[in-house]
Amino acid sequence: MRRVLTAAAAAALALAISACGGDQGAGSAAPAQSTVDPASVSGTVTWWDTSDATTEAPAFKELVAEFQAKYPKIKVNYVNVPFADAQNKFKTAAQAGSGAPDVLRTEVGWVAEFASLGYLAPLDGTPAVDRPEDFLPAPAAAGKYNGKTYAVPQVTDTLGLLYNKKLLKEAGHENPPATFEELKKVALDVKEKTGVDGLALNVDSYFLLPFIYGEGGDLLDVTNKKITVASPQSTAGVKIVEDLITSGAAAKPSIQDSYTNVQTAFKEGKVAMIFNGPWSNADNLSGKAFKDHPDNYGIAPVPAGSVKAGSPTGGHTYAIYAGSPNLQASYLFVQFMASAESQAKIAGKLGLLPARASAYELPDAAANDMIGKWKAPMEKAVDRPWIPEGGQLFQPLLERYQKLANGQATAEQVTQETAQAYQGLLKGWSL
Amino acid sequence: MTTDLADGAAAAVTRGRGRATAGSRPPGRLRRALSTHWYAWAMCAPVVIVTAALVGYPLLRGVYLSLTDATEANMGRTIGMNVIPASYEFVGLRNYADILTSAEFASRLGWTVVWTVVCVACHFGLGLGLAMLLNRPMRLRALYRVMLVLPWAVPSFVSAFIWRYLLNGDYGVVNAMLRAAGLPGIAWLDDPFWAKVSVIVVNVWLGVPFMMLALLGGLQAIPRELHEAAEVDGATPWQRFRHITLPGLRPVSSTVILLGTIWTFNQFPVIFLVTRGGPGGSTEILVTYAYRLAFEGIRDYAGSAAWGMVILALLVVLAAVYRRALHRQGEVW
Repeated sequence: MRRVLTAAAAAALALAISACGGDQGAGSAAPAQSTVDPASVSGTVTWWDTSDATTEAPAFKELVAEFQAKYPKIKVNYVNVPFADAQNKFKTAAQAGSGAPDVLRTEVGWVAEFASLGYLAPLDGTPAVDRPEDFLPAPAAAGKYNGKTYAVPQVTDTLGLLYNKKLLKEAGHENPPATFEELKKVALDVKEKTGVDGLALNVDSYFLLPFIYGEGGDLLDVTNKKITVASPQSTAGVKIVEDLITSGAAAKPSIQDSYTNVQTAFKEGKVAMIFNGPWSNADNLSGKAFKDHPDNYGIAPVPAGSVKAGSPTGGHTYAIYAGSPNLQASYLFVQFMASAESQAKIAGKLGLLPARASAYELPDAAANDMIGKWKAPMEKAVDRPWIPEGGQLFQPLLERYQKLANGQATAEQVTQETAQAYQGLLKGWSL
Repeated sequence: MTTDLADGAAAAVTRGRGRATAGSRPPGRLRRALSTHWYAWAMCAPVVIVTAALVGYPLLRGVYLSLTDATEANMGRTIGMNVIPASYEFVGLRNYADILTSAEFASRLGWTVVWTVVCVACHFGLGLGLAMLLNRPMRLRALYRVMLVLPWAVPSFVSAFIWRYLLNGDYGVVNAMLRAAGLPGIAWLDDPFWAKVSVIVVNVWLGVPFMMLALLGGLQAIPRELHEAAEVDGATPWQRFRHITLPGLRPVSSTVILLGTIWTFNQFPVIFLVTRGGPGGSTEILVTYAYRLAFEGIRDYAGSAAWGMVILALLVVLAAVYRRALHRQGEVW
């Protein structure tokens, strides 16, 4: 008898909640800001956070707690999903129609793909897009697909040149290299004078981009639907990497676990310069070379090639699953999490760069000196091709970059073969 | 032998019961078959239904998808306010033609065959050697057996990650030991040749325990008297091994070699977790490549289904040829 009663109560509750959801769904068709009173919204928001579970997640959990204090009728179900699994996990759940979260922390490169597949809810005119003019242009562009907004920027990042000030000084260089030529010279000097490696390359497509951008190249020309990875400019960029490796300026690159090995070498003071982004600040500062001497940690823009200095735009956004039964609550959650105050808090705690202009002026963000140090590298950030196939561009290039690092392929072969692979991926694009 | 007997007994029982329930109705042919064997049909039905649902349906669906151009983008779905109509089409054998004519397929198949042959040969050779060692009376035999089975007890992805760590070029334990001995470290996972050696070593380490256990069971089934009689007749150890042990093992070894071949051919975790198919795609086997098609970027359902069918067809052909070869040698399998 008791069980029947509980079941009935549960059913009634479920009915009430779904009725609520129905109302909200109807409301979302019209510009919702005016029609729905935020205080009356209730429901459960499941959020998949892909931030690092030990170093970053606690700060995001605090934000969630603040959100719940502000909207007591909305329950947030926080789930930390490893970044490497999140993309596939979300796609599988979204396509199956069950198990997908209401809100997902998406890497900027995933947005166009998810949106093109119909997995994301358009956000224009909803409370989620709050003061869109305040977002920095590059991260805002990553959240758009076919002219509609599908994701709201959370943090932005790019690659910079990270260096060990002490080692550079011992090699006779006060300033970090500003061009690729200087990079080679400084690296060779470090190797000669201090005995440790001057530069360590992370064999990964993403970390190859500053070299390609520097010589005026790119993977694709999106406006003209042209594959430009094999253009003379892009090839010249890869040639610089080839030269760094063959000349001994860069240490012999490790290919498996490249990222971790390069990080370890830099933290331990076994290499003077690496390319990496602001997400690695905390990790770098925990290493032997910087733990007791945080001033030894240098951050500079990536060196320039013959055309410019450029590094890829990265970062994360908040996207809402189109099939979410709690759209109104999700809009409010994203609005809160992407607000300038929230972004400033994250910046202050983790040193991640806000994606809103106004957040930089708030005291929380200003208090973290990493934010100021990353300003110069951020100014060199270049937009990536925000197309549904964007996520598939890295693997073909990675395979060839690995061959280059092993001395099995030349720069020309790398770019030519990658262009051929891209032709298979991108139907209707010209070379 | 024993199974034959059991089957026969069971059949006799069902037949008896069938007759009892059939009564005196005029027997039609179908009805007679049904009434005679209804019990057998009823017993088989759940298995047949479950197998059809779990194996048959996905298989047929895979065959169908492999004949279309279905991808994640054109499968059609409705999610909330987004409605995407299905727009995939039947393309016949185009996917198969694309695969079989691609350079990728030829090079992947070559390495997959090398990988399978080397791994299975090492599995069988080492497994047999260890099984013979453990088959003789010695102290602490139980302990050795437990220790040698250990690799098999650890989930393969855990082993793969541990090996990846051990073999790390700069910070791995293996290279640290080499350097401590005054030798240069080896780029285990970074050099195409050594990466191939590494994945084979890892897979051999993982696969030997199963072979060892299976062959040990086979060895213990060979009557001791045969060996004793041969010894009395003056046969050398090698002669006894060749003419008694190997033929005696054949029922077991033919099965485990076929199983091992199929497993190794499709050994996904070792390759994918130890080298990710790298460096430069040099250790990519057919299944890891098919996985990339299915799960990287916009999922290509049709392409990966066709790859799956090609892999399945290769293994079916292999199994058929192998069985035939055994049959010719007089093996009833």
